[in-house]
Amino acid sequence: MSAGGFLFIVCSIASVVGALGVILARNPVRAAVGLLTTIIGIAGLFLKLSAQFLAAIQLIVYAGAVVVLFVFVLMLLGADAAAVREDRARLAKMVSGVLLAVMAVGVMFALTPHAGQVTRFAPASATHGTVEGVGTMLFTDGIVPFELATALLIVAVVGAIAVARTKHAPGKKRMAVRSPKELFHGPLVPRDDSGRPKELST
Amino acid sequence: MILTGQLLEHYVLLASVIFTIGAVGFLVRSNILIQLMSIELMLNAVNLALVAYNRVHDGNMGGQMFAFFIIAVAAAEVAVGLAIVLSFYRLRGGVLSDEADSLRH
Repeated sequence: MSAGGFLFIVCSIASVVGALGVILARNPVRAAVGLLTTIIGIAGLFLKLSAQFLAAIQLIVYAGAVVVLFVFVLMLLGADAAAVREDRARLAKMVSGVLLAVMAVGVMFALTPHAGQVTRFAPASATHGTVEGVGTMLFTDGIVPFELATALLIVAVVGAIAVARTKHAPGKKRMAVRSPKELFHGPLVPRDDSGRPKELST
Repeated sequence: MILTGQLLEHYVLLASVIFTIGAVGFLVRSNILIQLMSIELMLNAVNLALVAYNRVHDGNMGGQMFAFFIIAVAAAEVAVGLAIVLSFYRLRGGVLSDEADSLRH
């Protein structure tokens, strides 16, 4: 077995198992870990396809930013709030899932390679998929969409802040935090009614 | 055959499997967070197919450039989507998409 074939097998199994973990997990934290597995597997496949730049971008943006953002929101909502049971229309969901899977398997059989009409990869040239090659393409042919993507990211971040921030009623002043008990809800140390630790008050 | 050398069809098949898993997850699950993750799965599958097809055309990296833009758009989408999830959770106290029925009279 060649090293490339081994990489392909491992990465494809990891990505499919991770994808199944995303949709089968009850706890969204486990789904996020499954998404991370899929992303790392696909980054390995990008390496196999001699797309080194995209593999690095995939790891930085998806594994480093998107999954972390998911986990961050999960922690913000709380594990109990995010892991809710989904009981409504269970049978209909099952039936629709099975029907869609059957349809997709039919499409995949149509895609399955037949002998004689397969596409083999030629050996890649040294510049295919490098930072230099993709960067040159980005800053010559793709300069307009590249600049538009920067504008899109700025607008998305500002919009995300505008949507997610807590709204305060106009004309109403924010209540000042009076005691540390309002800031820290968790009972890290036993406290009396005034919010001070019991060891200090006694 | 799959161990000695991979064909383009193997990658397209794998991408279609991951895309189908993502589509089924988006339709079947009603937790909005998992639906967003399923969207990410579908975008990743499309990226894999784009890069695999681009590998056939050696020296031309248009497909990889396209995948790059898809990654950028996916990052923007997930930021806005999670902000909407947070806002929705403050409004309704849940993360199930069945609960998003404020427009129903």
